[in-house]
Amino acid sequence: MENLNLILPEIFISLSIMFLLILGVFKNDSSKITFNLSLFAILITTIITINETFSVTRETLFNESVVIDSMSSLMKIITLIGGFIVLVISSTYLKTFKIYNIEYPVLILSSILGMMVMISSNDLIVFYMGLELQSLALYVLATYNRDQLKSSEAGLKYFVLSALSSGLLLYGCSLVYGFSGSTNFDIISNQLNSEEYVLTFGIVFILVGLAFKISAVPFHMWAPDVYEGSPTTVTLFFTIVPKVAALTVFIRFLYVPFLNLIDQWQMIIVFLSIASMIFGAVAAIGQTNIKRLIAYSSIGHIGYTLAGLATASNEGIQSSIIYISIYVIMNLALFSCLLMLRRKDQYYENIDDLSGLSKNHPLLSLCLLSILFSLAGIPPLAGFFAKFYVFKAVLEQSMYFLAIVGLLSTVVAAFYYLRIIKIMYFDKEKDKYDTDHSLWLKFSLTVSTILILLYFIFPSQLVEVVSRINII
Amino acid sequence: MNFPILSSLILLPIVGALFLFFTKDKEGNNLTAKYVSLFTTVVNFLISIYLWIFFDQSTSSFQFVEDRKWIEGFINYKVGVDGISILFIILTTFITPLCIISVNNSVKNRLRDFLIAILIMESFMIGVFCALDLVVFYLFFEAGLIPMFLIIGIWGGARRVYSAFKFFLYTLLGSVLMLVAIISIYWITGTTDVVQLYEIGIDVKYQNLLWLAFFSSFAVKTPMWPVHTWLPDAHVEAPTAGSVLLAAILLKMAGYGFIRFSLGLFPVASEVFTPLIYTLSVIAIIFTSLIALMQEDMKKLIAYSSVAHMGFVTLGIFTLQQQGIEGSIIQMISHGLVSAALFLTVGVVYDRMHSRLISTYGGLVSVIPKYSVLFMLFALASLGLPGTSGFIGEFLILMGAFKDNFLVAVIASIGVILGAAYMLWLYKRVVFGKLLNENLKKILDLNRSEYFILSCLAVPILFFGFYPDPLINTIEVSVTDLINMHNTNIASK
Repeated sequence: MENLNLILPEIFISLSIMFLLILGVFKNDSSKITFNLSLFAILITTIITINETFSVTRETLFNESVVIDSMSSLMKIITLIGGFIVLVISSTYLKTFKIYNIEYPVLILSSILGMMVMISSNDLIVFYMGLELQSLALYVLATYNRDQLKSSEAGLKYFVLSALSSGLLLYGCSLVYGFSGSTNFDIISNQLNSEEYVLTFGIVFILVGLAFKISAVPFHMWAPDVYEGSPTTVTLFFTIVPKVAALTVFIRFLYVPFLNLIDQWQMIIVFLSIASMIFGAVAAIGQTNIKRLIAYSSIGHIGYTLAGLATASNEGIQSSIIYISIYVIMNLALFSCLLMLRRKDQYYENIDDLSGLSKNHPLLSLCLLSILFSLAGIPPLAGFFAKFYVFKAVLEQSMYFLAIVGLLSTVVAAFYYLRIIKIMYFDKEKDKYDTDHSLWLKFSLTVSTILILLYFIFPSQLVEVVSRINII
Repeated sequence: MNFPILSSLILLPIVGALFLFFTKDKEGNNLTAKYVSLFTTVVNFLISIYLWIFFDQSTSSFQFVEDRKWIEGFINYKVGVDGISILFIILTTFITPLCIISVNNSVKNRLRDFLIAILIMESFMIGVFCALDLVVFYLFFEAGLIPMFLIIGIWGGARRVYSAFKFFLYTLLGSVLMLVAIISIYWITGTTDVVQLYEIGIDVKYQNLLWLAFFSSFAVKTPMWPVHTWLPDAHVEAPTAGSVLLAAILLKMAGYGFIRFSLGLFPVASEVFTPLIYTLSVIAIIFTSLIALMQEDMKKLIAYSSVAHMGFVTLGIFTLQQQGIEGSIIQMISHGLVSAALFLTVGVVYDRMHSRLISTYGGLVSVIPKYSVLFMLFALASLGLPGTSGFIGEFLILMGAFKDNFLVAVIASIGVILGAAYMLWLYKRVVFGKLLNENLKKILDLNRSEYFILSCLAVPILFFGFYPDPLINTIEVSVTDLINMHNTNIASK
């Protein structure tokens, strides 16, 4: 008998989903209780996962198709906390648009379940199952505000392009299966040594599919439109949670089954990384919508994360994980600010709406200021350390070109972050925004901003947690 | 362990800023905020004087060192001072309270936020001068961009947005290459601790590239020709207190960096690139002096004169002679005092007439004599008249330069003449001549606080002009050891 305790979080979350669906069917006006129960479910799952982290080093289940190790636990915890905060700060926004329904928490829970399966997968089929589960939930979430044209458009675009990339991914998987004779990552890793062209095709197809999921250039086209069209809270979810999961899978693919083929994929990752860093920085300059701008900025940030992966070293993987964790915190903070730009039941999401914010809302704009400088990577804020670790790992492998291009594109990126700060601080003020925000929104903004500001006092803690992750 | 005096120097302004942050912001003249920040900075100044008194001048090793684990097994938070850095710390803590007194007249809106920015700036600047770890140094060096960007952008003049962006992006662009170099040094030697790096030394084959990476950052910050163009913009648009901080202290970070890191860590590369520095410095001295002659805006003229003076500083540092380096340090301290004083004198008339154009003025001597006398003193100190601190610095630098390279020294001496030309011409056009502008007749002479600030600056300028021993004694041993270390390094390669 397998030790089912190890996948207790997944079991618990799937049971909660089913229970919540039944509850929604039989109880009228159940949206509030569904929200609270799903929050509770995520909380419990987080506790179970955290508990598990301490007892497990590396365990496999079901013929080694599921793996529980320190990386999967950490990434699951980040996913769960991200999902929790998204859910908890969504309610005011959803009520404003009259879409405060039971489906929302259930969909978020099922996509989280899909991501947890993805994160733990050690087998092509298990991986694909998790991927599809999370994608299907995300398609619906993107169109969640179905009365709005843009939201439907976003969902449709996401669906079509995502389905295409899933197809490529699946084709790549079948090629890899054909060469290795197994779907298990560990066995693939032992079998794949050949230099055959067709195998390279398989790897490329898989990498393309994954690059699409984390929106790395040149597979980023969907991101700005989908981010702009989706409801803001869903955009927040898009920018953090699926990226964490997809990044984990990326790491798993590169460093377990494809470990022996470093020469073949390293150049691809370096290219993806450089292209994303440069494109993310340059394309964001002309944007007027904050959500679109965030889309491009997150493309850039993914570029830095990939730079860590390209190093083919444990240091690099760890730095990428540190980067994505800090990125999650920064994005949570940024979106909390964005959700506060509300005036009489209307949300504002253009950069011009921030004009003169510092005069009417000094505290909010100070938070936004530190978040933006952190995103730009200016010391002593958290964003600087994220970049610092990545470039430390990159330079350890003497990849000077990657490091210099990356750092130069931070200068370009700094320009558009500064532009927002300029609008907030140097321009004329507009009307005041409402200040009656929910307690959770204030809480998430405060905590994340404090983490960003004071990260430099205790930088070792995060490094210590991450340094337990040794993939190679 | 002793009392962490350097950390308290760094932290005290931040504590003051936090305190201000939680007080209520009042419109108009916010006296509470001013007194709090003034108190903080004066206490900081007293601490730094205490530091100087207990500083042991007979050794070149770092004193008041604090060493704490910061990022496990990688970076230590390490600070300390030697004879070179202590003077810059005192300069910082001396100039900042004067800036805060001066905001009386120039900053009208959001005074509290302005003071917070100045206080945070002070703590970062002190951090730069006492950091003994490359990463800690970089952290403070870059962090200073944030408050300065806001100071220029929020409280600046008409073209403040353009200037603030230019300042920020220029300096950031220069600095990122330094970050690459710092991390590379870590992988080459296994440490970023400056003291250890002095002992280990860095392999010669890496030195040239690393030197260039550091140079790219320091050259922008100094600023050296041809990357000086951000400076006139930033100076002109910044409010008076901002210009003073920029000219008096921010520019010195780079000069300090050249001495501490470029000379100390890359001795061989420093020899290799000396011709480059000489060329750029000489061009800066002559070229920007000529540009300064043509300026119609007083602040811009002083900004270009800063570039020329910093040209002397870089020239002096890379003579690699005792006199040259000592002269550079004294020139930096002196320029810190003099340029601060000049920006403040311009600020005085700007607050009254709201014009920085030289043509607005003329004949001031008959209406505001006190002002004219002090202005004359600062103008003469700027052109290096014997008896002012400016003379000591320039003289020592030229002495060092003559020892090393005759031609460069001759050209640089022409720069001294040009410096006299533009400063005296400025003074003539503003203070002497006929009083044509009717509005000028009603202009008031210095009020009490302005008088106080300018006298505070005039005293050390004259004192160190006649009696530079306290400065020279402080730096002498450190500079001698730096040069000895340099020579042994060169000899062993």
